[in-house]
Parts: sequence; C-alpha cells; structure tokens
Amino acid sequence: MFGYYLDLAWRSLKRTPVLTGLMVLAIGLGIGASMTMLTVLHVMTDDPMPGRSAHLYTPHLDPLPRDYKLRDGSPDPTDDMTWPDAMALLKAHRGVRQAAMSGGSLLLRPARADLRPFYVSGRYATTDFFALFGVPFEQGSGWSAADDAAGAQVVVLSETLARKLFGTGKAVGQTVRLGEHDFRVIGVTADWAPKPVFYDDQTGTQYSDADLFFLPLSVAVDEKLQVSGNRSGWVHGDDTSLTSANMTWLQFWVQLDTPAQVAAYRQYLVDYSAQQKALGRFQRPPTNAKLYSLMSWLAHENLVPGDVDLQLWLALGFLFVCLLNIVALLLAKFLRRSGAISVRRALGARRRDIFVQLGIESALIGVAGGVLGLAIAQLGLWSIRQRPDDYAKLAQMDMSMLLGTLGLAVLASVLAGLLPAWRACRVPPALQLKGG
Amino acid sequence: MPIRPILRALRHHRFTTALIVLEIALACAVLCNASFIVAGKLSLMHIRSGIDEPALAVVTLDNFERQRADDLNARVVNGLRKIDGMQSVDLVSGLPFLGAGGESVSPDREGKRGSYLTSFYFGDPGALPALGIALTAGRLPRDSDVVPDDATIVQSVITRSLADRLWPHANPLGKVLWCCHGTGGFQVIGVARELIQAMPRDDISVGNAIFTPQRSGPMLAGQYLLRADPARVNEVLRKARAAMATLAPDATVDDEHTGTLGDLRHRYFRSDQATADMLMGTMVALLAITALGIVGLTGYWVQQRRKQIGIRRAVGATRRDILRHFQIENFLIVGMGIALGVLLTYAFDVALMKFYELPHLPPAYLLVGAIVLWLLGQLAVLGPALRAAAVPPVVATRSV
Repeated sequence: MFGYYLDLAWRSLKRTPVLTGLMVLAIGLGIGASMTMLTVLHVMTDDPMPGRSAHLYTPHLDPLPRDYKLRDGSPDPTDDMTWPDAMALLKAHRGVRQAAMSGGSLLLRPARADLRPFYVSGRYATTDFFALFGVPFEQGSGWSAADDAAGAQVVVLSETLARKLFGTGKAVGQTVRLGEHDFRVIGVTADWAPKPVFYDDQTGTQYSDADLFFLPLSVAVDEKLQVSGNRSGWVHGDDTSLTSANMTWLQFWVQLDTPAQVAAYRQYLVDYSAQQKALGRFQRPPTNAKLYSLMSWLAHENLVPGDVDLQLWLALGFLFVCLLNIVALLLAKFLRRSGAISVRRALGARRRDIFVQLGIESALIGVAGGVLGLAIAQLGLWSIRQRPDDYAKLAQMDMSMLLGTLGLAVLASVLAGLLPAWRACRVPPALQLKGG
Repeated sequence: MPIRPILRALRHHRFTTALIVLEIALACAVLCNASFIVAGKLSLMHIRSGIDEPALAVVTLDNFERQRADDLNARVVNGLRKIDGMQSVDLVSGLPFLGAGGESVSPDREGKRGSYLTSFYFGDPGALPALGIALTAGRLPRDSDVVPDDATIVQSVITRSLADRLWPHANPLGKVLWCCHGTGGFQVIGVARELIQAMPRDDISVGNAIFTPQRSGPMLAGQYLLRADPARVNEVLRKARAAMATLAPDATVDDEHTGTLGDLRHRYFRSDQATADMLMGTMVALLAITALGIVGLTGYWVQQRRKQIGIRRAVGATRRDILRHFQIENFLIVGMGIALGVLLTYAFDVALMKFYELPHLPPAYLLVGAIVLWLLGQLAVLGPALRAAAVPPVVATRSV
C-alpha cells in the first residue's frame, strides 16, 4: 500500500508543479533558516569536554566586603579566586584532582633567525592541570608538584607552537625564551583545544582562543609575568600584586567523581568560608560559596551572544510562518481534490486510508523541502563562517544536525498536513460526485 | 461595494482565512521588530565620533620590546613625517573603533557619588588637535601638562557629556575625577565638544571619554596617528606601511589595528552589518513567502468559486465588481492580520525589551509595517483576482 500511496502522492504533486514548488520552497527556506541558527547554537552550547565534563567542577568563594556593590558593566570579582584562597583549596586537596590557573600573554623570541619575535597566549597552571582536563601529550609530559613548589622554569608547548618553533624535530629539551626568561621544554601537547575555552576568564573570545603554551603558575607569580583576564581588587589603595588577598584573578577547577564527593566538597567550601569569616577575612555569609559543574558554569557565564539568541528566535518565527503557509496551501490542494477523494471513498477506501495517503503526500513535500533546507542551511552556515564573530569558525554541521534537519522538515510538513488531511478525509463518499 | 457579502463569503472559509490572518499577524510582528533592530544597528553604525575621520589613519606596531620604546617612537615618528602628503604624526594609545582602556570614573575619590564607565585615550599633546577635536571650555594640552607615568593625578581633557554626567551644575575646569578605587585622578584642563567612547555599544553611555597627554615611553609606543588630506589619506597610509620595514625592522605591523579611520569603523561594525544583512534577508524572504501564500490560497478560492463568479457575472456584475470583491476581501483579511499583528508585535517587543534591553518600538514602525503588508496583499491578490474577473458569465450555465 505504501508504494501505491507514494505513487499517488508523486502524481498529485506533479499535477500542480507551481503549488508543489511553492510548498517545497517555503519548507526549505523555513528549515534552512532555523537549522542555520540551531546549528550555531548547538556548536556554541556543546559540551567542550565530552565524557569528562560530568566530573569537572569549579568552586567560587565570596571574599568581597559586605557593602561591595557590583558596578555596571564591570566583571563580578567572585567569578575568579584570590591567590591565598586558591592555594588553600589546593593544599586541602579535597577533590580527586584540582588545579588553579590563569591566562597570560608573553613575547616569544624564537632562536631561529628567520622568525621575528611574536606574542603568544597560554596558561599558567598548577601541576594537576593536564591530568584534570585529560590533556593528551605528543612528547614528554607536564611538570611535577616539586616543579610547582620550586618555581622551575619549564614549559609545555602546544603542537602548533612546537611545530612553528622547531619544525618536525624534537622539541623536548629545547629552550624557549618567553618574556625575559628561558624555559626548558618538557612536553608537547597533542592537538587539544576545547571550544569554548571554558576554564578561561570570560573575555569574549573563548570560541576562537587556544592555549599555545603552559607553564607553572608559581613561575608566573614569582617573576610577575603578564596575566591576562580580569584582575578585580576591592580595597582602595591596596597592593595590586598577584598574591594579594583582596584581588581575584585565578580560575580553579576540581575533579569530583561521585555525588558524595560533590556534596562533601560543597560542604568543605562552606566550612572554609565560615573559617575565613571567623578569622575576619570574609564578611559575607559562608553559604555564598558555590560549586558549579562545567555545564552549569557555562550556563552561568552565558557565552551565547544576544544576537545569536535573537536570530534563532527570528528563524523559528520564520519557520512558523512558513508552516502556516503550508497548512493553508495543503488545505487548498487537498480540498481541491475532493472529487477524487469521494470517488475513492465510494469505492471502499476508509477514512484512515485517505488520511494516510495524504499524510504520505505531505511527508514527500517534507523530504524535498528538507533537502532544499539542508542546502540553504549549508549556505547560511557558510555565510556565518565569513563573519568576524568569535564563534564564526565553528559554524559547521555535524551528522546529528544533518539528520535533524531532514527529520525536522518531515515532521514539520507532516504536522502541517495533519489538519488539511483530516478535513479532506471527512469528505463524504459520492456526495461530491453528485454536486460536481 | 458592500462589505457584508464579502464577509459572509469569508465565513465559508473560516479556517483558511484564520490561517492567513495568523500568518500575516506573525509576519507583521516579525517585520516591525526586525526592522526596528535593523534601524538600531544602522544608526549605531553611523554614530558620530567627533573626530575628523576622513583625514585620519592609524598604524599599530606589535612584537617590539617596550623597554626600548623611546628609540622606536623617535625613529618611526621622524621617518613618517618625511612622507609626502603627511600633515602630522602623533603617538596615541587607543582610538575610537580601535579600542582603548576603560574604567569606571567617579567625581569623588571613594566612588560613592556615582560611577560612569569611560574610555581612556592617551597620546602626545599634539594628538588631540590632530584628531580635529574642538573644545567648548578650557584649553588644549601642552607639553607642560605631561606628568610622569607614575603620577597619581594627571591633566586631562574630558568630553562635554562626561562633564555633564559628573558635575551636572558646575564648571568642570580644574576639578578632579577619580578611577580605579581612588588610585588615579584626572584633573580637567579642557572640555571637548564631542569624542565618542572607544567601543560604541549600548553598555557605555555615549561620549564618556577622557584624553590624557603622555610622554613617549613603554606606556605610549607603537601606535601612530597619521593625518593627511582626505583625498590622500589612503596613499599616505600605504606609504607609511611600506616605510615601516625600514623604520622599524624590530617590530611588525599589526594589520587588525592599522588602517584609515574609515576602515576601522567598517571593521568595528562588521558583525553588526552582518546581523543587519541577515535580518533584512529574512524580512524579504518572509514577505515573499507571505505573498506566495496569498497567491496560492486566493488562486484556490477563485477556482473553487468559478461557478458563483459566473452566476454573479450572469446577473449583472461587471468584471470590475469581481476584481473589487477579491481586492476588498484581501484588504479585510490583511487588516484582520494587522490588527492581531499589532498585539503580537507588542508582545514580542516587551519580550525583546526584557531579554535584550532594546528600547521601546515606536508606533511609526507599526504604521509602515501595516502599509507594506496591505500593499503586498494587494499585489499578491492582483493575479488571482484578474483571473477571477476574466471568468465569463457563461460558466454559470455549465454543470461543472
């Protein structure tokens, strides 16, 4: 029966090429526009660390004075952590793994004569950083806790930077001059760049950034290396050194494997805050301390720009208008065939048969519209990749979005066809024949 | 033309009519709100900067050693001044559309009497006249106004709009405004008529800017403001870029931050331009789809009513009457759509204001939207209506 209905649908669509073309175009445009924006949103809110993100948490303390008021447009200091707090949490070692980190940008003077000095951005971190985030290594490894304590001048390079500096040769053991210091290369990471760079301070370029080097945080503090990101202090005239207890600038991440560990860590944060309050350092309620999971931290940071949201809503509205249009056109198309339908009914077709037949016809329009929509969405994504925005380069369709496009198109057209088909299958048998 | 029979005829197509009405209402809501956003983007893109943009260009250097900045500045400034057509070369740090430092400033040291996010521009004392900025009070910075980099209070020119926000009823000259938790003060020596903030967006109030003269050094190096005749500014910039290879072999030109002020403005608003283009594309597609829907449905109605049209023609209706019938019918349907659309538009508007902090939609957009949709409807219905008018009266006598 399915084959027969398909044949009927095909013939019916061929009979009215203009109307059919119109419906396919409407579905295609609606689906194309909304899938373009859905894909952008999908890549922007995708899990940056699949498989690992469920165990990654970021603690946030509230060391601010009681009367501190967040200024308009200024970053929230509690998004980051102070040096003493980060070191205390690190020493307490309550998570499976934990690391403190901050971004930095340094002038690199290559030893090769054909390369000019250039600025590279990277990360200052403590030893667990690599194990915590599962950074894969191509050569060598990260540094040890002893290196952290000693402030060893060692560096891990990204594969991109290592290839730029040393070609295909061995990078480990070489020396790199960063800022005013020589660093010994002890490892090269394999291609590793989570999108967005969730562990970075919110600077608005997390989708296009990638760390090119990693070096011990203690070195950055000892040598006063340049730190990027927000440095929010709250005491007037206080020293602005990195170890100040009244300035936040560090990010802190911790691995917690079981719900019990999560609950225990949350309690630890409150206890720590209460202890700091008792010491007179913290002024606000200890329950202000928060523990975010990776995905809830991303939701809290809300990296998706308003423009993307807005365009998504617009695209969905557009799809809805297209669907309304198709409902009206299908209604016209089906009811125009009332004569043929009543003949089929008179010859013994049940209402259900008519309904299924017309449903298949709408689904066929949906398939054609889906293919057109896919083409339009690819065009839309291509145009988004040409945009200067931070996230633009990521706008690519993966398999799930590709199938989703076709699925949405068929679903939408079948939904649009439901009402017209229901109306059409209520055409009484033979009555139409008489009326002519 | 009586409207009653048309309404009665529509009642026979309640469902399809409702669909078209709903479609037009949605189109109206999307159209009005989207065009309002586009208008907002366009006016932002054409915002006045207060500087003499057509005559200006900037070259930014990168990857040089800040410790030896003085030497670099001297070489570059002297070298660039020799270029034919160059009117002036000045050291700057930060320009409109290029970016600059920004902090909250307050009229008091403790920051208790309000704080205003402000752009900080720095440059040698000649940079301000080179930008073409006119003062409404006070004087331009002189060499003697330049204080050491570590001074707590510096001499600055601030904009009229910032002065009005900080001291609404007082003469700003000689007053000190504070930033950075009271660690830095700016004493006002002049008030500029207009100078836009570095990154014009909705989050800094328009025109909150401070210009501070500074001496060449690690804090002020690698960014050069070029001034030339507007007709020659491109040529001068090209020569300046070419000269950098010999003037500053120890640095690289930062392409992203180099260009004429026109280039910088264009680059800065690229993303807004792209959004505006996308919105306009969607609006056109939406209008096209709506029009095609009207064509399709009216075509169906015409075909369905061929016999009735024939009868009407046979009992004396003229072609013009039939044409009018469909045109008025369409006018009514679109009108109902617009009526519903007005409600939807305001619902969208309230949502947009809440989530995206957009200003309120002016009623003029609704009026224009309504006129556009009415015209579109009339255009779309013309074809099917003419076909209806062409139905001969003899159809009435046929059985099919």
